[in-house]
Amino acid sequence: MRTYEKFFRMNRLPHIWCPGCGNGIVMKAIVQAIEKAGLDQDKTVIVSGIGCSSRASGYMNFDTLHTAHGRAIPFATGIKLANPELNVIVITGDGDATAIGGNHFIHGARRNIDLTVVLFNNNIYGMTGGQASPLTPHGKKATTAPYGTVDRAFDPCQLAQAAGATFVARSTTFHVPQTVDAIVQGIGNKGFSLIETITQCPIAYGRKNKLGDAANMLKWMSEHAAPLAAYNKLSDEQKAEKFPIGVLYKGAAPEYSAEYAKLIKQAMEGKK
Amino acid sequence: MATIELISKRCKGCNICVAFCPKKVLELDTLGKVYVKDQGACIACGQCELRCPDYAIYVTKEEK
Ligand SMILES: Cc1ncc(C[n+]2csc(CCOP(=O)(O)OP(=O)(O)O)c2C)c(N)n1
Ligand code: SF4
Ligand code: SF4
Ligand code: SF4
Repeated sequence: MRTYEKFFRMNRLPHIWCPGCGNGIVMKAIVQAIEKAGLDQDKTVIVSGIGCSSRASGYMNFDTLHTAHGRAIPFATGIKLANPELNVIVITGDGDATAIGGNHFIHGARRNIDLTVVLFNNNIYGMTGGQASPLTPHGKKATTAPYGTVDRAFDPCQLAQAAGATFVARSTTFHVPQTVDAIVQGIGNKGFSLIETITQCPIAYGRKNKLGDAANMLKWMSEHAAPLAAYNKLSDEQKAEKFPIGVLYKGAAPEYSAEYAKLIKQAMEGKK
Repeated sequence: MATIELISKRCKGCNICVAFCPKKVLELDTLGKVYVKDQGACIACGQCELRCPDYAIYVTKEEK
């Protein structure tokens, strides 16, 4: 028994995810971060889209919304605007956030609305059996890309930063304490925060790409992730083999729900 | 010394804890559930608990 377990609906465990699926690791990191950040359970809302990863909301002991595919950010936006006091955490998959929900993702970032978005990036559509997503790396196989995908992948962190997010971090399921820390910092940021967490889907992605079992996929993460400062010192050739983790960007911009509240006040009272 | 608590009904036998244990304390049984093979070798590093996706293993360091 651990103290963060109060944030799980214990009667719903064991969860439905496949053996070795990284989603359970990310879900634990989120509740540990909520505990560390000292959020009030009754003032914290978890909003997810559709996908294996999005099922996490059903196991979490808060007010939770399991919404439509790609639409977690619009629902979360509505919640935040209706009651800006709430801490709103969004759980989304790579397909959910960057394919069907891609527009919502960039516009949430553009508005810099105070949401903490945890993107479970398993590089594939897990739930529907392994179709390529916009985050499937170039050349990797999927049911829709039997010879390897021709498309280039998005970098969701660069995408969020360019669109206007004010906190952007990347971590992995190998780097659990770093993931917790990144989510704590994302919660602390008053604006749109993205925490991309690379997670293993040994079933719909790993198997097709011969990446070994879940432990092998975790080892791959430990060997290929480089903390940002170390990554920046690498040559271009070395960089091609690695990806940066840690806090990648912090910015400052007006926050949407606060700006909206000002406008409401002005419309109600007039401006002197 | 450490206490290792297993919640077998949650264990899915993914082997993550076995693979990351630096002291080879853990193994999977014939039904694919984890068991403690060499309790005495455990150094309470917590690597197994850290990445268990199913919250099926807990390690507590015993105060001497
Ligand atoms: C509007 C709509 N289109 C398609 C689907 C089918 N569908 C369910 S989950 C999913 C993809 C999920 O992939 P991702 O978001 O990467 O999450 P994962 O399952 O990998 O965690 C799709 C296409 C749906 N549920 N709703
Ligand atoms: S299909 Fe992949 S993402 Fe979905 S539960 Fe299984 S391992 Fe996890
Ligand atoms: S990591 Fe957890 S679920 Fe996987 S074998 Fe070990 S105890 Fe079982
Ligand atoms: S605490 Fe460390 S040494 Fe002990 S069983 Fe877990 S991984 Fe192995």
